Amino acid sequence: MRFFNSLAGRLSQVRRSRLAAPALLMASLLMTGGIVAVITPASATKYSADADAIAKGRALFLVGCSSCHGKNAEGIQTQGGGQYGPSLVGVGAAAVHFQMETGRMPMANPGVQAPRKTVIYNQDEIDSIAAFIASVGPGPAEPTEAEWSVAGATNEQIVRGGELFRTNCTACHNFAGSGGALPGGKLAPALTGVAEKHIYEAMLTGPQQMPVFSDGVMTPQDKRDVIAYLKSTESAPGYGGTSMGALGPVAEGVFVWIVGLGALVGFAVWIAAHTARTKKGSNA
Amino acid sequence: MSKPFDSNGKKPAAAAKPNRLGNVAEWADERVGLAGLAKKNLRKVFPDHWSFMLGEIAMWSFVVLLLTGVFLSLWFKPSMEEVTYQGSYAQLRGLEMSAAYASTLDISFDVRAGLLMRQIHHWAAMLFIAAMIIHLMRVFLTGAYRKPREINWLIGGVLLLLGILEGFAGYSLPDDLLSGTGMRIADGLVKATPVVGTYMSFFMFGGEFPGHVIIPRLYIAHVLLIPGLILGLIGAHMLLLVFHKHTQWPGPGRTNENVVGYPMLPVYAAKAGGFFFIVFGVTTLMGALLSINPVWKYGPYTPAEVTAGSQPDWYMGIAEGLLRIMPGWEPTIFGHPLSLNVMLPGQVGPFIIFGSILAYPFIESWITGDKREHHLLQRPRNAPTRTAFLVALMTAYGLLWAAGGNDILATQFHLNLNWITYFMRVAVFVLPVVAFFITRRWCISLQRHDNEKVLHGYETGIIMRSADGAYSERHEALGSDEAYTLTARDRDEVYVPADGEDANGISSKQARSDRRRGKLSKKMFGNNVQKPTAQELEEAHHHGHDDATLIGHDAGQH
Repeated sequence: MRFFNSLAGRLSQVRRSRLAAPALLMASLLMTGGIVAVITPASATKYSADADAIAKGRALFLVGCSSCHGKNAEGIQTQGGGQYGPSLVGVGAAAVHFQMETGRMPMANPGVQAPRKTVIYNQDEIDSIAAFIASVGPGPAEPTEAEWSVAGATNEQIVRGGELFRTNCTACHNFAGSGGALPGGKLAPALTGVAEKHIYEAMLTGPQQMPVFSDGVMTPQDKRDVIAYLKSTESAPGYGGTSMGALGPVAEGVFVWIVGLGALVGFAVWIAAHTARTKKGSNA
Repeated sequence: MSKPFDSNGKKPAAAAKPNRLGNVAEWADERVGLAGLAKKNLRKVFPDHWSFMLGEIAMWSFVVLLLTGVFLSLWFKPSMEEVTYQGSYAQLRGLEMSAAYASTLDISFDVRAGLLMRQIHHWAAMLFIAAMIIHLMRVFLTGAYRKPREINWLIGGVLLLLGILEGFAGYSLPDDLLSGTGMRIADGLVKATPVVGTYMSFFMFGGEFPGHVIIPRLYIAHVLLIPGLILGLIGAHMLLLVFHKHTQWPGPGRTNENVVGYPMLPVYAAKAGGFFFIVFGVTTLMGALLSINPVWKYGPYTPAEVTAGSQPDWYMGIAEGLLRIMPGWEPTIFGHPLSLNVMLPGQVGPFIIFGSILAYPFIESWITGDKREHHLLQRPRNAPTRTAFLVALMTAYGLLWAAGGNDILATQFHLNLNWITYFMRVAVFVLPVVAFFITRRWCISLQRHDNEKVLHGYETGIIMRSADGAYSERHEALGSDEAYTLTARDRDEVYVPADGEDANGISSKQARSDRRRGKLSKKMFGNNVQKPTAQELEEAHHHGHDDATLIGHDAGQH
């Protein structure tokens, strides 16, 4: 105690020194930096090594993305306080891979939601932009094939994936993954024909209207099970015949009126027009 | 026109040699007296028109439903007992589910032809109700519900209601995610009843939703109670049809007292019997080629789950649409919420639509005061108000139907879900009125067109030029058959109430009612175009002889 008292006394003597403030600043910066270095996950620094890729990604970003997302991916706010383009700090490489590899980004025109479209960037360019985005803030990295591959999924895992899918996904994406409507012109896109990796990334990053299913909420194994279920139903034969878009009873109602009743009324006209004793052309 | 059936032979009848079939028939006839009944009914005449066969589609699809339903009942287990699925459908194997759902999966995957039967059954059910509705529309548009057929009109209405209930019970049975969601909505509708809603729901489900009793209860309603009622009412419907005889379109030789057509045997029996096989064939084709209600994709019902694209079968679509566009009105009265947001669209709305069409014939007959029997049909154009009323209802029905699928419309046509809802909220009130007036004017101009044809003949498309250079279209007189058909209708009489005031200038209750009737009658018939009088016809024909080839198509110049 005495030691601390004397230390405080000695320090108080130098507190007005010209060097005191810079020294204190230096000390606190070192301490903060040290803590950050210790607690930040390794993935954040994964791409920072590749300075070339980051530089190339930044150049591409400035041309193709910065008009909405800002020059440093910090996002642009509208005058009304809304987001013109959201900040990309912390979205991670996984988000870039999902958005760009499915053609959603860059958007062709502003709208409530970016639709899937033809991919115009090549893989190297997308990798570079992903490296740049990963460098501006820590976020989920691109999942490896081991993470998303469902090649060896067991039937038990598929069944489990079905349960997870029905509990977490069908409310928006429809029972058969055919997609569904959300308020205000937004939508949950169809999941059929989507690559395993992109479904995984979507769950991981929660693009657009979708909630984030982080690894803490839905483990990588859960995610793989959901994908395995989707892929198994996608490759299953159409047991009952043509699915009519797998949209549910609305499509069935359309078909019963147009195809079913249409055909039968046609037959009724035919039967009434042809009678044993009706000569063709007579007015009976 | 066909010649009447000539059954008079030239030679006197001689008793045929008895044969074995004849002996059996005679044995039966002597004991049950079928011959007398058959003799009359086998010669029963039915008029021929395609629109008279719409009800048959409903009847035959009901027969298909009975046949396939018996097949399904052999394997379906109406139980909510928890079982572990161990059947062929791998994606659900090992899951806990109700016995009802598991047995539906078994029917679909492990019973030979089970899936086909299920799909035929479901398509036939959707067709059954669709056919009943277009049959109802035909009867309504042609005025076939008029005396003496009012009771049959009501029986038809009850059949439609029972059919819808039966369908709802049926698609709730598999206990998959979709049907469970439907049951949850039904539960909500029941609970929205003021005061007794919760009690009713608890009675229905034997406790808190979903409970363990609803599937067995629905099953008995679906396989016994409702089909029994439907079968009985179809019997009554058919008996009354035979008793009243079928209506027919007006035409030469067809009067209110006769029926022109073909006898039951052999022509009509072959036609109607053949139609059964066509209906069976079409439903089988649909069942074989088009996947309906793929229960395995929905998964077992869990109250915690729901899927996008949750819709009822089409015939519940208007109730769904009403629910979806209804604003969330839920006032609190004496500390208790009154769920108008569910009660109005679920319990009141559909019955207003249903009730208004069932009541229309009675309102119409009160306005016309017509107590005569009618066996000749009216063309829809000759009852403009009635036709317009149905088109207005159809418009409202169609809009609500579309509103029930608003999410599918949004995704398929890239529309904004909210805008669809806002549009429908206004459109269901405005567009039926617009449709009403357009249809009525349309009918009236068609009536005018008919009169034109009767008076001035039809347009031949031949353009004539007169000596002084004027152009006109040549009209040709209608054949007498066609002219007869066009004019074989009654004139509408606008009811003019007598002045019902007493000495003190006070209206009696009867007089007030009469005045209302007069007003409505004027609205209903005042604008109609009546068929030309004999004098008008005479004048037009006389005029026609003067310049047979030069008749312009402006009626005003004659």
